Amino acid sequence: MQKKDIGLAVLVLTVGAVVAFINPRFLSPINLANTANLVGLFGLFSVAEAFVIVTAGIELSIGSVIALLGVIFVDLIVVRDVPWPIAMVIVLVLGAIIGSIHGWLITKLKLQPFVVTLCGLLIYRGIARFYTADGTAGFSFGDDFPVLEWLVSGRSAGVPHSIVAFGVIAVISWFVLHRTVFGRHLFAVGKNAEAARYAGINTTRVIVLAYVICAVLTAISAIFFAMYTRSIHPASHGSFYELYGIAAAVLGGFSLRGGEGSVIGVVLGVILLQILQNLVNLLGIPSSLNFAVMGSVILIGVIADTQVSRYRTSRRQAKTLEKLVPDSQPAH
Amino acid sequence: MTPAANQHISMDLNAITKVYPGVLALNDVDLSISGGEVVGLIGENGAGKSTLMKVLGGAVSPEAGSIWIDGKEFSELTPSEATRHGIAFVHQELNPFTNLDVAGNILLGREKTSGPFGRMDRKSMAKEVEPILEMLGTRFGAKDSVADLSLADQQLLEIARALSMNARLVILDEPTSSLTLSETNRLLAVIEDLKTQGVAILFISHRLSEIEQIADRVVVLRDGTNAGDLTKENIEKDRMVRMMIGRDVSQFYEKTDHTAKAPILEVMGVTTKTYPKAMVNLTLRAGEVLGLAGLVGAGRTELALAIFGTDARLSGKVLLNDEFLPPDSVAGSIKAGLCLVPENRKEQGLFLDFAISENISLPGLKRLSRGLFVDRAAEMELSESSQKQLAIKTASLTRAVAELSGGNQQKVVLAKWLAMNPKVLIFDEPTRGIDVGSKAEIYRLMQTLADKGVGILVISSDMEEVIGISDRVAVMRNGEVTGILGAQDVSEEAILRLAVD
Repeated sequence: MQKKDIGLAVLVLTVGAVVAFINPRFLSPINLANTANLVGLFGLFSVAEAFVIVTAGIELSIGSVIALLGVIFVDLIVVRDVPWPIAMVIVLVLGAIIGSIHGWLITKLKLQPFVVTLCGLLIYRGIARFYTADGTAGFSFGDDFPVLEWLVSGRSAGVPHSIVAFGVIAVISWFVLHRTVFGRHLFAVGKNAEAARYAGINTTRVIVLAYVICAVLTAISAIFFAMYTRSIHPASHGSFYELYGIAAAVLGGFSLRGGEGSVIGVVLGVILLQILQNLVNLLGIPSSLNFAVMGSVILIGVIADTQVSRYRTSRRQAKTLEKLVPDSQPAH
Repeated sequence: MTPAANQHISMDLNAITKVYPGVLALNDVDLSISGGEVVGLIGENGAGKSTLMKVLGGAVSPEAGSIWIDGKEFSELTPSEATRHGIAFVHQELNPFTNLDVAGNILLGREKTSGPFGRMDRKSMAKEVEPILEMLGTRFGAKDSVADLSLADQQLLEIARALSMNARLVILDEPTSSLTLSETNRLLAVIEDLKTQGVAILFISHRLSEIEQIADRVVVLRDGTNAGDLTKENIEKDRMVRMMIGRDVSQFYEKTDHTAKAPILEVMGVTTKTYPKAMVNLTLRAGEVLGLAGLVGAGRTELALAIFGTDARLSGKVLLNDEFLPPDSVAGSIKAGLCLVPENRKEQGLFLDFAISENISLPGLKRLSRGLFVDRAAEMELSESSQKQLAIKTASLTRAVAELSGGNQQKVVLAKWLAMNPKVLIFDEPTRGIDVGSKAEIYRLMQTLADKGVGILVISSDMEEVIGISDRVAVMRNGEVTGILGAQDVSEEAILRLAVD
């Protein structure tokens, strides 16, 4: 675990303890399970976002993709009677296609990731609304998918399956990012794309794969959200989720300049953001202030992080001075 | 403007000490300079020159020591104080704003305005800049576009900028490292001129012949301390080298005779985007050091990149050991045994924030992995053996490469390629901005590799270097190879004759 992650973990525990102290209901099994469910749901696409951010890119269309793929998934199983496992595969493949298109536009046509995915944000939202004629896609009374529902929105021993899925994907992502050759290449391309090219890394392939991984994870997330809300209003479903994912990644130590960050950090970032949501509810803060609280905590976190690292450097410097020049007194 | 604007500067740095995490960058360093004097500041990379300059410019504050300017004491300077006292820098790496014209660059941040809305007054800006350009004898005017200027002209632009701020002390950091011979001479003439006008010049360079030519006094730094001064009559190359490295360099270029073996790399009719009409044919033999000389812009780097595959070649083939290299795949070239040490090591050769070990292992990471996963023990082992082989000076291999000196950074680049067991190694300006000690080590390494049968292609603008280390020298001009000189025919004159029209 990096020092940054430990700092964030301490922050998560502190905020959690404060909330629990003020309102013990925070620790009630129902509340914990609900919070865990949300952590799972939001965590899936936050990890997705991290894969792109580490390459110095950005993915702004996550919320729209969740809406579009969610609508398609529900339509396939409810209206078109496609067996749900096949519908799932179709949605994941669609995700992969969206990701490869983004990657292709960014690497081959050299468009900026911000622009490409901003257009994606608008396009997919528009298609989702057109697809349902701006209506709501959802399950009618009597529609029943017991296995699917148990699998995606069920619980085992009180543990929501969404957080189990998130846990599995986070562990796999940790290995991929921090222990595999491909992960090292992701960091290298994000840090210095030119040097990566000179080292024989196929930077195009690495970047395209990052967007594909991101979009496939988003597709998984779309299925979970569709089954969680059970009714999708395409004009608002998933709105702002991309910003939520970016916030979690930044809290978790990912730099928007690329080449930095850890999966443990994103996981902690997601947990912190959910505890904050919960805090707003439990402490009776007007829910309209929700975003303001989140924004403030992220800002404070980022400021604290830069200040701590600055303090650490100066302390290290003082130590070196002592060791190297025992008789000298620092001038300041 | 300070009241002292026209007064000659007198500046003393006294017992300056500066600490960075893990290193004592400067230890009790003294340096003095006054108007009308050219002082050469020399030292190996990591000797503390850059840090001392940053102290002068106010970019870093020293832990101990004092700075005296015109009899006034400061414990540290801020950048604006430094400017106010007439201290100006001409940096090694030039970053002109190519979207502004010459006057806009020179007066950046001090633009002239007119009218109630603060409209930029280009006319009066040009008027202010013109006399300075005239004094420097530049070939460009105030309203010319900066994007079209040559490196030398950009250097002059920086000097003009310094002068426009009424600089009384101009600090030139490696100003000639990317200049051609004639451009260098022009720059040195300008320095002479400034000196007679009472400006103090601090000249930092690794090119000792320039120091010999221009400096009135030389200050030598070694490992962050003063290693001694030389007065005008004692400035002499060998003496400077000895003081910089603290020992004798008995023989700088140790050339061993390489018996000609079979061709290992054959470049057949290769053309590049820069010179689409110039076809290059070139043969490199196993165990040979082939120099590639020519003026800056002769197409040497372009050729190297087209061979390596970072830039796709327009036409032609490259044969390495009877195997054709793919036209645009770096990975393919590396796999076939061709590696390239790039010209710009910070941008193209290294990941500065990454650990030394991660930099060394990167190209061969697949070989160091079990399945998909990186074998971190094997990675460390490789880095440790590289560290031993190349004598990379660092406290720990997990340190970021950014913390190393230039010479040691270049060794990390070399280490990563040596780990790939190359059959052919291309060096593009391998010793630019590198200290004498590391230079000698790199030359020795080239000879050892050649002895083992590796083919070595060295691009260098340093004539002495090319002649000193190469078995044969190919000279390029306008994208074409204009001639190949054997060891007995090679000389600076012979190269120049082939290099210029």
